[in-house]
Amino acid sequence: MSKRTDSNSYTIIFAVAMVFIVGSLLAFLASSLKPNIKENERIEKQQNILYAMGINENDASSANFVSTEIAGGEFKKYIKKQLILEDGKVTENSDAYLIDVKKEQTKAKDGKARRLPLFVGEKDGETFYVAPIRGKGLWDAIWGYISMDENMVVQGAYFDHKGETPGLGANIKQRYFMDDFIGEHLMSEAGVFKGITVKKGNNDAVNEDKTDYQVDAIAGATITGDGVSAMIKKDLALYVPYFKNLKK
Amino acid sequence: MGLLSKKDAVLLTDPLADNNPITIQVLGICSALAITAELKASIVMAVSVLFVLGLGNVVISLMRNIIPSKIRIIVQLIVVATLVIIVDLVLKAFAYELSKTLSVFVGLIITNCIIMGRFEAFALANGPWRSFLDGIGNAVGYGVILIAVGFFRELLGSGTLLGFAVLGDPIEKTGLYAIGYENNGFMLLSPMALIVVGILIWIQRSRNTALIEEN
Repeated sequence: MSKRTDSNSYTIIFAVAMVFIVGSLLAFLASSLKPNIKENERIEKQQNILYAMGINENDASSANFVSTEIAGGEFKKYIKKQLILEDGKVTENSDAYLIDVKKEQTKAKDGKARRLPLFVGEKDGETFYVAPIRGKGLWDAIWGYISMDENMVVQGAYFDHKGETPGLGANIKQRYFMDDFIGEHLMSEAGVFKGITVKKGNNDAVNEDKTDYQVDAIAGATITGDGVSAMIKKDLALYVPYFKNLKK
Repeated sequence: MGLLSKKDAVLLTDPLADNNPITIQVLGICSALAITAELKASIVMAVSVLFVLGLGNVVISLMRNIIPSKIRIIVQLIVVATLVIIVDLVLKAFAYELSKTLSVFVGLIITNCIIMGRFEAFALANGPWRSFLDGIGNAVGYGVILIAVGFFRELLGSGTLLGFAVLGDPIEKTGLYAIGYENNGFMLLSPMALIVVGILIWIQRSRNTALIEEN
């Protein structure tokens, strides 16, 4: 090899130039693709909310959203009201679904008031209340949407994750796991919020008992499952006052 | 062989068997262990590595005379990371569904030792065309093992292939399960990937004894 590339000054100049070129290339690409990416994320949120309400294109075993082309229209059609709960006050806002739950959680940690989005949907004469949840899995963030009736009985659930292990934790977004939540009660008869625990060996593998506040865990995905239990307990508890008010 | 000279063809075929990156060079084990619990994930990873290694080898090969030797590892790392991020961004903008399946792999591809290994061992010393062939050959050799491991782990661990139940329903007790077969959940845990790879290495070396190292 030539001696030219061994000198310190060449090395430094090369490093600076490389960082500059790669940096500007990536920055340019990221900012020019941002509108597309944002739009995709927005549609995905609508699909997620509709999925939790039971508006999806599921076949026998796999989970499928309504297609991206019709998601916007279906969202308008089925979601009757979008609410923001803040400090006990309820306001309507047609962009409530764009609220970043992660940011709101950080706000709550800093002691500021947190805005809680809640989507009220109607399908076949039934009313669905869909709330977003967010927490931590084994490797990274996990999140989802839970749709409930006015007694906080789960009508549908959607979970997603950023980087859980394929075949193990990543299976929280499989039908057999998400469907187990349907019909589960979140609140006891006496009106005490119990949440739903993802539990190993709960002797109810086919999930017949809907008032045990438990669903069967995925083998090998204990920490992800615990994360799901925790985000349901923590985030949905915040909606309890709203549901209690509803029944008065 | 009009397209490839004999010397070039070896670059493609050698990594498939006698110089396989996983079973002979023992590179890329970390990702082989992390994502082979499902066949689909294995296939996606194999295709992603094929793309990044083929392209990355060409880029590094083109730059081989201007890269300062003192910082060559960092330069290689930047090239891989940039390629992977570009692919990730483009997919996010134009094939969002696919990008969600891939997001898990982005970090794994950047740190895949096969990629760094081929850059360092081959692309730095050879021309772009030969480097491209070497990259494709090694990525395919890696992918074949990955898919084989994924096949056995998903089949024996979950009783499914690509998500389809091929052995019957374990809860309804149909198919094989009706006669008392049980899924081996142990297959889904990472150590079993190493055992499956170990078995593949054993089979390969017992068929080709020239590969056995002397003590």
